[in-house]
Amino acid sequence: MTDDDRVFKALADPTRRFLLDLLFQRDGRTLTELESTLAMTRFGVAKHLGVLAEAGLVVVRRSGREKLHFLNPVPIRLIHDRWIDKYTERHVTALVDLKNALEDES
Amino acid sequence: MTTETTAVTTQVYRVWIKAPQEKIWAAIVDPEWNKRYGYAAPSFFDLKPGGSYSSTASQAMKDFGVAAGFEVPDTIVDGEVVEIDPPRLLVQTWRMLMAPTTAAEPFSRLTYEISESKTQPGVCKLTVTHELAGAPATAAMVAGTDEEGAGGGWAWVLSDLKSMLETGSTFGE
Repeated sequence: MTDDDRVFKALADPTRRFLLDLLFQRDGRTLTELESTLAMTRFGVAKHLGVLAEAGLVVVRRSGREKLHFLNPVPIRLIHDRWIDKYTERHVTALVDLKNALEDES
Repeated sequence: MTTETTAVTTQVYRVWIKAPQEKIWAAIVDPEWNKRYGYAAPSFFDLKPGGSYSSTASQAMKDFGVAAGFEVPDTIVDGEVVEIDPPRLLVQTWRMLMAPTTAAEPFSRLTYEISESKTQPGVCKLTVTHELAGAPATAAMVAGTDEEGAGGGWAWVLSDLKSMLETGSTFGE
């Protein structure tokens, strides 16, 4: 599996995307904190965090006795630079704006 | 729980680069290399503990400043080398001087760690840890989350660094 494959696979799961959003809101959380926001076992959350870490989207850093989880945006940036720029970012932005505008109306 | 209320002011960035440790080290500390990627402002290190660090404005930045009606200072980032173990570890202080808001904030602490991948031969792991206690404006700038601000921050800089070392060219070239 290539690095890109791992990132796409990690992003393909809604729980893992939710975990990334949680870390985007506030970075450097413990497993216990992340677990408390999800209706899922500690083991399940740890497993999802493992997939995110393997894809490089989450970096674990020790702080005293705690293990803190940090969102690493670089792999997403690499995919952006590799794929989005290539397929004319301008058009993509226009479509995203259109989607947002249409969905706001409903 | 205390950790729930403690605001974490550290940002962590990691990228895997297919290049030897020495080359990644040079790309960070050698102005001939570090002026080629990211914001393209050359950075100068006096590579010893207590040695000075500064990054100077590129001509493009100065031109941009003139066009936008403000003056870009000659030194846009300053700091000091704290710890050094080439080609594996560089710890430095770092203060962004380009905006008055960030210049007034305390020095942040920046750590570069370069290690060889255990599973992929020829690949190195570069981890950049930026400790930004008491420096929210600097934090927003380097995170690239400030829409009005200075571009993509660390994620963009490291993506460009990887591109330069692996393909020989950067986004701007």
